[in-house]
Amino acid sequence: MTESKKLPSGQPRIESVEMRGITKRFPGVLASDHVDFDVKSGEVHALLGENGAGKSTLMKILYGLYHPDEGRILLNGSPVTIASPKDAINLGIGMIHQHFMLVPTLTVAENVALGLPSSLGFLTDLDRVAKRIIELANIYGLKVDPSAYVWQLSVGQQQRVEIIKALYRGAALLILDEPTAVLTPQEVDEFFTIMRQMMKDGYALIFISHKLHEVVEISNRVTVLRNGKKIGTRPTSETTKQDLANWMVGRDVDFAPDRGNVELGEVRLQLRNISCASDRGTLGLSEINLEIHSGEILGIAGVSGNGQRELAETIAGLRKKTSGQILLEGRDVTHYAPGDLTDRMLSYIPEERMRDGMIREFTVAENLILREHHKRLFSTNGFLKLKDISTHADNLISQFHVKTPSRETLAKNLSGGNIQKIVLAREISRNPRVIIAAQPTRGLDIGATEYVREQLLDQRKRGAAVLLISEDLDEILALSDRVAVLYEGRVMDILPRREATREKLGLLMAGVHPEEAATVVN
Amino acid sequence: MQSKLSSLFDAFLPVIATLAALAVGAVMLLFLKVNPLEAYAALWDGAFGSANSFAETLVKATPLLLVALGICISFRGDVINIGGEGQMIIGAVLATWVGLTLTGLPGWLAITLAMLAGFLGGAVWGGIPGILKAYFRVNEILSTVMMNAIAVQLMNFLLRGPMIDPSQAELASKIPQTARLLDIFHLPRLAPTRLHLGALIAVVLAILVYILLWRTTAGYRIRAVGQNPNASRYAGIKVPRYVVLALLLSGAFAGLAGAVQVYGVNYRMITDGSSSGFTGSAGFNGIVAALFGQLHPIWSIPASILFGALLVGANKMQRVVQVPSALITVLNGLVVIFVVSSEIWRRRRQRRRLAAAPVEESPPEEDQPNVQTKEANQ
Repeated sequence: MTESKKLPSGQPRIESVEMRGITKRFPGVLASDHVDFDVKSGEVHALLGENGAGKSTLMKILYGLYHPDEGRILLNGSPVTIASPKDAINLGIGMIHQHFMLVPTLTVAENVALGLPSSLGFLTDLDRVAKRIIELANIYGLKVDPSAYVWQLSVGQQQRVEIIKALYRGAALLILDEPTAVLTPQEVDEFFTIMRQMMKDGYALIFISHKLHEVVEISNRVTVLRNGKKIGTRPTSETTKQDLANWMVGRDVDFAPDRGNVELGEVRLQLRNISCASDRGTLGLSEINLEIHSGEILGIAGVSGNGQRELAETIAGLRKKTSGQILLEGRDVTHYAPGDLTDRMLSYIPEERMRDGMIREFTVAENLILREHHKRLFSTNGFLKLKDISTHADNLISQFHVKTPSRETLAKNLSGGNIQKIVLAREISRNPRVIIAAQPTRGLDIGATEYVREQLLDQRKRGAAVLLISEDLDEILALSDRVAVLYEGRVMDILPRREATREKLGLLMAGVHPEEAATVVN
Repeated sequence: MQSKLSSLFDAFLPVIATLAALAVGAVMLLFLKVNPLEAYAALWDGAFGSANSFAETLVKATPLLLVALGICISFRGDVINIGGEGQMIIGAVLATWVGLTLTGLPGWLAITLAMLAGFLGGAVWGGIPGILKAYFRVNEILSTVMMNAIAVQLMNFLLRGPMIDPSQAELASKIPQTARLLDIFHLPRLAPTRLHLGALIAVVLAILVYILLWRTTAGYRIRAVGQNPNASRYAGIKVPRYVVLALLLSGAFAGLAGAVQVYGVNYRMITDGSSSGFTGSAGFNGIVAALFGQLHPIWSIPASILFGALLVGANKMQRVVQVPSALITVLNGLVVIFVVSSEIWRRRRQRRRLAAAPVEESPPEEDQPNVQTKEANQ
C-alpha cells in the first residue's frame, strides 16, 4: 500500500463498493428489485428518483439499517455482510442523514464522541476528541468550534458537524441523504466545494437528491431508480436535466408550465405592519407589509424557519398577531377566526398537511368537507347530508385524480401525493378569492408536484390571489409573478419576477441587504 | 378466497379471544382444585340458563350500556371520562329527589322528569371537568376521579341528612337510605322478570348515539376534535366547546344510568358509604364494555351483555363451585386483555393487507403510531 492509497484523514480508501442484485420486499411492496449500484473512490455518484422509488431503501441496506432479501455487497471486490450501522462504520461507510442526528444540548465534541468508547475508560476524553476534530476540520476548512453547543449552530454548521462525525468514525465512503434540502444556495455552494475537495482526495460519495440541477452540477455519474427498479446509470456529462426528469418519471415532464398572461386585478389581500410571536416566544414576524392582487402569485422565498410558518398561520387566523392589520378585499379581518376566513373565501393549504390539513382517521369523503361541513351544502338542521357528501366526494376524486380505493377509505391509508390532492381539491374547488399555499409540493414526487403547480397556475388564471410559500427556489421562480424574501421574520425585499435571479434571492435569503446584494451580483 | 376466510376469521376474533381467556381462567380454576368445566357450566347457567337468569343478565347490562354509550362519545372526542361513578350517583340523587318531591304527578310524567333529571345531573357532573379541561387545561382524568369522590360524599351526606327516609330518621339504626318511590313511578317491567323498560331505553339510545356520532355535524365535530385538534381548529371548529360537549354528554348518559338503576331496580337510594355500593362499579365497567365494543355504540350492546353475563354468571359459579369472588374479577380482566390484544393484532394484519393493495405507493417507513390502539390501552 502506497501513501496515496490513504485519505487525508489517515484512513485507507475504499476503492469500490458494489451492490449486486439487491432485492428488498416489504409486505406487498417490492421496495428494491434486483438493483445494481456501485461507487468508486474519487467520484460522486448521484442516486436520483421520486419518493418511494427505493433510494432510501437501497442506502439503508448499504448502511446496515435494512437487510436485503437477495443480493450481495462487495467491498474492494470481496463480499461483506453489513448487519448493522456499526458494521458499516467499521467498514468505513458513513451516512449523513437528511434529518441530523445531533443532540442540541450537547457540544460539538460531545456529539462527535457520543456512542464511541473513550480512550480513558469511564472518563471522557473530550480534549483528545476536540483536538482530532480540529485536525479533521482543518483538512477541509470546515470551521467548527468543538466546544460550541449544537443548538447555537446554524443548519449549515450542523451539517459540517455531521460530516466531521462521520470522518471521525473513519468513513471513507459517505452516503449523503438529501444534504442540500435545508441549505441556502450560498451554503449549497460551500457544501459543494467541500464535496469536490473530498472527491479529489479519494473519498467515495453517494449523493441522494431530487434536485436535478444539483445532481447535474456535482455528480460524475447518476443512477435513476423508479418503483424500486434501476432505470439506468450514465455519466452525468452525457445527460441533461430534462433527460433525467423524464427518466425519473417515465414520461415527458413539463417543468416550467406555461404561465400565460394574466391581467393583474385589484388588491385582494393586504398585510400592514403585521408582527407576531414564534412558538418559542421570540419574534416570529416583524412589521410585515405585503399586498397580493387578483391574478397574481406572490412567492415567499426563504430558508426554513425564517417566519414562513408564522406568516401562513397569521393570515389563516391560527396565530395571534401582536400588531398590525390584515385586509381581505378591503375588509379588516385581523381578528377573524379561521372559520370566518373560510366564509370570506380564503383558502389555506397548510404546510404540515397531516397535522393541520387532514384527519387521518376520517374517510376521504369526510376530509373533503372538513372546512364546510356545517354549510347548507352538506348539512341541514345539524344533520349531515350523506348523499350530497358522497356525490361531492366522488366528483372531487375524479376531478382531481385522487387515487383511492373508495371515498370511504381512511385518509391515513393514502400516499402523500394523494393526501395533498385531497387538500387541494377541498381548498380549490370552492373557488376561493385568496389562497395561501404553504410548501404545497414538499415531499411530493414529480408527478404530483407538476399537478399541484398546474392547479395553482389555473387558480391564478381564474383570478385568485395566491400567496405561495416555498423553500424550493425552482418552484418560486417557476410560478411567481413577484418574489418576497423572508429573513428572520422580516421581508428583505420584494422583486418582480424578471429581476429575481437565483443569486440575488440567495443573498437575500442569507440576510444580505438588498443594496449590498445588488452590488455583489452585478 | 383467502381474503374471505381471513375476514371471517376477523369477525370471530373477539369470540376466539374470549374463549382463549376462559382457557387461561380454566388453568387458574385447576390450581384452585376446581373442575373448570363444572365452573363454566355454572357460569353459563347463571347467565343464560333460564329466562329469569337471562333477564338478570340484561338488567346488569343496562347500566353498563348506558355508561358505555357516554364513553363512546367522550373517548371518540379524545376525552377520558373516568367519572362515570360520580355522574351515576349525581344523576340518581337528582332523579330520586324528583320522584320523592313531585308525588302528585302521573307515573309516566314523573318517570320522564326523573330520567331528564338524571340526565341533567350527570351532564353537570361531567360538564364541570369538561369546562376545566377545555378552558383551564385541567387534566380530565384527574378531575373526573376527584368528582367521583365528591359525589360519594355528597350522596352519603344527603342520604344521612336531608334525604333520609323519614321512617329511618325516627329509628336508632338510621340506615342511610331514601324513602321508597311510589309504585306508579317504577319503570315498567318488560316480562315477568326483573327486566325493565330501562333496557329498551338503552338500546334505543345506542341507535341515537350512533346517529349523533356519524350523521350529525355535532358528532362530526366531536370526532374531528378527538382525532386532530389542529386540523379541527383550521376547519373552523371551536375546539374547547366540543371538548365540553363530549364530556357533558358522557356524564349525562352515566347520570341516566344512575336514574335507571333507581327507578328500574332499587326503587330507592341506599348507601354503604362507597360508590360501588350503589353503582356496582358500572361507572368503571361501562368503560371496559365500550372499549370492548370498539367505542361503537351498536357494538357496545353485545359487549355490555357479555360483561353483564360475566357478572351474573359469576355469582352462580361462586355458589356452585365455591371459588373466591376475586377470581371473577380476574376472569373479567383476562377477557379484556385478550380481546384488546386480539384487536391490536387484527389491525396489524389489516394494515399489512392494505400495504399489499395497489394504492399504497411507498414502502412503510416506520411502524406508524396506531391511534386506535391508544384508545384501547386507556
